[in-house]
Amino acid sequence: MSTDTASGTGPADTKEMTFREAIRLALREELERDENVFVMGEDVGKFGGVYEVTGDLVEQFGEERLRDTPISEAGFMGAGVGAAATGTRPVVEIMFSDFIGVCSEQIINQMAKNRYMFGGKTEMPITVRTTEGGGSGAASQHSGTLHTWFAHFPGVMAVAPGTPAAAKGLLKSAIRSNDPVIFFENKEIYGQTGEVPLDEDFTLPIGEASVEREGEDVTVVATQRMVGESLELAEELEGQVSVEVIDPRSLYPLDTDTLVESVKKTGRLVIADESPLSYGTHAEIGMRVMENAFFSLDAPIQRVGVADVHIPFSPVLEDEVLPHASDVEAAINRIV
Amino acid sequence: MVVIDIETEDGQREALRRMQTIRSFDSKAGDLFADGELPGFVHLYVGEEAVGVGACSALEENDYITSTHRGHGHCIAKGLDPKQMMSELYGKSGGYCNGKGGSMHIADVDAGMLGANGIVGAGPPLATGAALTAQLKGEDKVALAFFGDGAVAQGQVHEAINIAATWNLPAIFVVENNQYGEATPVEKQHNVQNLSETAEAYNIPGFTVDGMDITAVYEAVKEARKRAADGQGPTFIEAETYRYHGHFEGDQQVYRTQEDVDIWKDRDAIETFKTRLIDAGVITEDEYDEMKAEIDEEIEDAVAEAKEAPYPDPSEAYEDMFSATVPEISQFSSQMRADGGRGRTDGGEDQ
Repeated sequence: MSTDTASGTGPADTKEMTFREAIRLALREELERDENVFVMGEDVGKFGGVYEVTGDLVEQFGEERLRDTPISEAGFMGAGVGAAATGTRPVVEIMFSDFIGVCSEQIINQMAKNRYMFGGKTEMPITVRTTEGGGSGAASQHSGTLHTWFAHFPGVMAVAPGTPAAAKGLLKSAIRSNDPVIFFENKEIYGQTGEVPLDEDFTLPIGEASVEREGEDVTVVATQRMVGESLELAEELEGQVSVEVIDPRSLYPLDTDTLVESVKKTGRLVIADESPLSYGTHAEIGMRVMENAFFSLDAPIQRVGVADVHIPFSPVLEDEVLPHASDVEAAINRIV
Repeated sequence: MVVIDIETEDGQREALRRMQTIRSFDSKAGDLFADGELPGFVHLYVGEEAVGVGACSALEENDYITSTHRGHGHCIAKGLDPKQMMSELYGKSGGYCNGKGGSMHIADVDAGMLGANGIVGAGPPLATGAALTAQLKGEDKVALAFFGDGAVAQGQVHEAINIAATWNLPAIFVVENNQYGEATPVEKQHNVQNLSETAEAYNIPGFTVDGMDITAVYEAVKEARKRAADGQGPTFIEAETYRYHGHFEGDQQVYRTQEDVDIWKDRDAIETFKTRLIDAGVITEDEYDEMKAEIDEEIEDAVAEAKEAPYPDPSEAYEDMFSATVPEISQFSSQMRADGGRGRTDGGEDQ
């Protein structure tokens, strides 16, 4: 990986902060560290971002570097790609990942392909931040979970952290990386808190999973919102079932080794990811475990996700289709 | 000479040389394609030489351009090496993209050439981004987007112009109106008389110039570059030109007649410019013939070199995806190689 690991040289100070604040801190530190970094997107400046992630950064860095764009995703995504190819490090915010449909040309055919197509002579140091996930009654066009699409598409790194510390460390790595990274933020956990290292050189390597909780009986590979919910569930089940919870954090590249080692220990696997179940992130994780730990499996792999429908509006319907800790518990009970 | 100073006699001769180089390179590429020598698709720039060379003559060495699927002319106009280009057309090692891009994707970012592009309309947003870099870094650079009349119908082109205009970026948008978007005449794709009317919507200057006249293109782009560099924002220029060949090589061109083509060939940009230079005493007919013979030889050498060049090692197919090492690529490629393991995925260590 091109990114640094946590240096370990700075003070081990941490501070409790929200997922949202951790991302803002990462942006602030990287904007301070490198004048080539700038942020652009719809309402990221004075308004502070529709989910208040960029917040007051415009006051410190000005409107040149916290750049409000017209509502034209294809135009400013393409501008981000052009800017990255010519010596800057853009952080482009796409307000909702569903809107990537509007600018997918620039992601699919330009951002992801240029380096390869040009024989490695172009670098593409661009980070695309975008929100995912249902739970806020926003209905289908503002609730999608698209990370599988881009984890599948060659040429793009797909990062989807589940904790505030991971959010800070991985976003800093994404911004410092010379490769295109799409950084998926689940909007339902923006307010979730956790201890976050304050060290300005704290980064996490893209492609390294985190064992968030050790256990013996079953491995739960959980992403984004499902990380916290699975950790709480594991606490509740303590004494009955010993649950190991792993946040892959990066979906491409994916830390196969950590997942496989865990399953070799527990013999059972539940994959909890808020995305449609067919042909997806669940299948990829399951397949990699199958390829590398087939004879360690004591039970069929279980998938927890969305049943191939869009996210509906009515709270009753939305709650029905979204995965919850109760679904993870049911999956565990099926195989333990 | 990378940058042409077309206001000097040396520069004028160089401009003529570069137009002729484009003509010779692309005529040869067309022949090679017809002979089954070149893989893929080939889209030729023959007929449009005055636009690429005229526009690039108005740029500085460090300025950026974005290009189209018809990009050979832009590459040569920007000073790229025809030998490396020809190797790329053959898919050989030593080509600009080491055989990964081919005709439609030649790029040389160090030379300011941000890539030929297979996607109509994708270049203008990239040029807007390059212009944004120049503005953010305070560099004296501009970015010029070449795009076709067909691309003017694409949304992302208008988004890019709007952003460049709103942010006052040092960008220049040059439409090469070669009268056809693939096989459909421009009149059937747009409801305006001149595509330069587009500029009005963005409150930037817009001009339509004779794209068969290198001087007209040069003057317009020179003015646009001055405006851009002075912080006065982008300019939109439509250059009316004509492609002598079909949309792609092999195109039967049922949508036009030879008479239509001949009308434009009567105004051929190279002939016109050559005559002007001869009349002005800058070059003689003999000197031109000698120059053309040299260029043709240079192109023949490029072809010979490309034919001789080795193909890339197959393993290079798995390189250049990322600057970082990604374990997936090496793992999957080793599983897929034709060494008896193709298509087989190994079981893990736990067997």
